[in-house]
Amino acid sequence: MNSELGTFGTWMAIAAMAAVTYAIRAGGFWLMGYVPLTRRVRSILNALPGSVVVAVILPLAVRGGTAATAAVLTSLAVMAWRRNDLLAVVCGMGAAALVRAL
Amino acid sequence: MRLGLAVTPGIMAFGLVVGATAARHGLSFVQSMVMNFLVCSGIAQLVALEIWPAVLTWGVIVTIALLTAVIGARLFLMSVAMRQWFGQIPAWQAYAGLFFLTDATWLIAMRYRADGGGDVAVYFGAAATIMAGWLAATGIGFFAGGLIVDPARYGFDLVMPAFFAAMLVPLWAGARRAWGWIIGGIVAVAVERLVPGWWFIVAGSITGAVAGGYLDEPAE
Repeated sequence: MNSELGTFGTWMAIAAMAAVTYAIRAGGFWLMGYVPLTRRVRSILNALPGSVVVAVILPLAVRGGTAATAAVLTSLAVMAWRRNDLLAVVCGMGAAALVRAL
Repeated sequence: MRLGLAVTPGIMAFGLVVGATAARHGLSFVQSMVMNFLVCSGIAQLVALEIWPAVLTWGVIVTIALLTAVIGARLFLMSVAMRQWFGQIPAWQAYAGLFFLTDATWLIAMRYRADGGGDVAVYFGAAATIMAGWLAATGIGFFAGGLIVDPARYGFDLVMPAFFAAMLVPLWAGARRAWGWIIGGIVAVAVERLVPGWWFIVAGSITGAVAGGYLDEPAE
């Protein structure tokens, strides 16, 4: 690498990324240590996992077109039917590959 | 272990791409592997590598760090959600465990909790399985970069959305909760249209959780 900071710069960039990522990963947990867990806060925390999941997949399904929508819906359906996550993911991928192949 | 297996093929496919990208941008094998272990966030690494210039300056390093923070913002919310479980275990275990927090480990943890599990060893087992698959794949990808066929052809790029969708089923807790999801989902789609980047996840998650939290009937 012929950079201004040389190999040192690469290591610095990696270290910066690692520090930032860990700060984010631990930060939410740490912060919640200072928030009193009232019944309301607990309700919000209970609603959070599902909300994150929906907020991830819904826009991706809309943006990703038919293939992404097919993958998401197939995976949902197979999971609801068989309760097997491996099978659900494989079927979801298969549905996407099928849509793209057509 | 078993809980981590469903996503491992997808993570490995993704890892091949990340490994190959690192090689193409001139990182050494050791540098690439250290990054894969310490950062362990495929999307953040791909974006950072995209802007990785031949000449690294302090300005670029700060930019890369900021981008990593923006892309990783969803991990912050996942970390918040871990409080309910990890708040009950010794702090050193919690903070060690959070190092391995990724989309996949978080989903597995949430599902395991929803099913009533509480054994931290299960979390670490799943995290280790995923990390091992990730490191193996990025390592192979580093050397085999040129040989990779288009991962989109077999639907590998959609593994994470498919896995997320599947995880929605065990998280289902009645129609009342679903209202929060619907509100959050609408906000997420709208924000995705209007704001570039990954902010839609943050906006949709927070709105959905707060809406769900306020619509939820207090337990007692």
